[in-house]
Amino acid sequence: MLDDFLVRAMLASVGVAVAAAPLGCFVIWRRMAYFGDATAHAAVLGVALSLALSMPIFAGVLVVCLLMAITVSSLSGRGFAMDTLLGVASHSSLAIGLVAVSFLSGVRIDLMSYLFGDILAVGKMDLLVIWGGALIVLGLIVWRWSGLLLSTLNPDLALASGFKPKQEQFILTIALAIVVAVAIKVVGVLLIAAMLIVPAATARAFSHTPEVMAIIAACLGAFCGLSGLQASYSFDTPTGPTIVCVSALLFIITNLVLKIFRSSRFTASST
Amino acid sequence: MLIECENLSVHFGKRIVLGDISFSINPKEILTILGPNGSGKTTLFKTIIGALQPSSGMLRKKPGLRIGYVPQRLHIDETLPMTVRRFMNLPGGHSPSAVADALTNAGVPELDKQQIMDLSGGQFQRVLLARALLGHPDLLLLDEATQGLDHRGSADFYRQIATVREKLGCAIVMISHELHVVMRQTDRVICINGRICCQGEPEIVSNSPEYQALFGLDEENEALYLHSNNRHTNVKQASYA
Repeated sequence: MLDDFLVRAMLASVGVAVAAAPLGCFVIWRRMAYFGDATAHAAVLGVALSLALSMPIFAGVLVVCLLMAITVSSLSGRGFAMDTLLGVASHSSLAIGLVAVSFLSGVRIDLMSYLFGDILAVGKMDLLVIWGGALIVLGLIVWRWSGLLLSTLNPDLALASGFKPKQEQFILTIALAIVVAVAIKVVGVLLIAAMLIVPAATARAFSHTPEVMAIIAACLGAFCGLSGLQASYSFDTPTGPTIVCVSALLFIITNLVLKIFRSSRFTASST
Repeated sequence: MLIECENLSVHFGKRIVLGDISFSINPKEILTILGPNGSGKTTLFKTIIGALQPSSGMLRKKPGLRIGYVPQRLHIDETLPMTVRRFMNLPGGHSPSAVADALTNAGVPELDKQQIMDLSGGQFQRVLLARALLGHPDLLLLDEATQGLDHRGSADFYRQIATVREKLGCAIVMISHELHVVMRQTDRVICINGRICCQGEPEIVSNSPEYQALFGLDEENEALYLHSNNRHTNVKQASYA
């Protein structure tokens, strides 16, 4: 079964989606969208590093993403606003990564596959890495759920309940780095943030508790992954971007329908 | 003695935010910490809950002390869906009947299915109070809990606090900058402005020169102060009658 490249692609997209979407809920709640973007962009530098040192891409990306996330969080509040800092870090790490890759004249690499993903080329080993990473991220989120949620609501409230908000923040940072490292093959560095944010943002409209939002986001993410794959197969379009297009379409349609539904209900009840 | 501070100091870099603070909190008392903006009230609270480490001095807590904390104006992001019931059970482990009891004790028994986002300021403060009561605290800390509420809302809230103490028998420490609002509900007042200026029963503190200097009630304003003070007592007598 795993010998079919389409089956491998389907499993890969579902694996990334079920880890990225619940983590994306925290990214949204904590207003870290740009932080996710910056971490993802740093991944190009990680790719360059792994190729130069001929180590696995996953390891290099993980290390660089973690370094990036730690640098940004420790620099914030020291004379620069967070968004300025992220703007500098995000684009300069992408640029440095691209320049660094160009120095690697000895290796032939397809840069596009790292920028936009190459899900159809996912091998059995990649699948193992993706699902391993996804399960670790899901495990971290489930294990630390209360502490993460309470620290997100209010750090002082979390402290008074015996949690350590800084430690919870660090766990989120690690989870983010892992998601970036496993998603790079599926959607590429430029579109990873979309896998995090778009399904979670769509799920918000249907949710009355954080748990429901995380579960719906994971289901929506998996659905978008599979239908994006299907669409890209039918229309012969690049797969990563097609998955993100489907997610975005779903977000727009959901919000439009809800808006129309709510305003019609409002006029019905007011007349 | 629930908490005992001895010569407690907290520095932010070179700035001394709190210096030489010594006081203790007794079981079942209501203590008000009073001070102008930037006087270190919230810093003192954060030190008590362990969010900040004292730079020097001692902070002793009774072993096994359970603290309930009601923060200052909590903002919940609208992207985070949260019902009152779920919020009460965060971090979890409370039975539905315990949650219902806590909401009743805080005066909002009917709100459990509402979204937090849809609550009014007064309702949300009571839900926060209810959540703090869930762990059966020995000590309840309230940080400007009535900020943003109107006069009637604050008065109602402080009456609720007095009821809570009677029912649950916990000590209560609240931060405020309006002595006249909390005066009737408090046993003891500590005035701080980086250090302790004066402390004692509310009537004694409100007449002390340190208190009046701290809140700009010096001789220049004395006429005005006396005027408004008299009017206040009149109003109070009227409302008692």
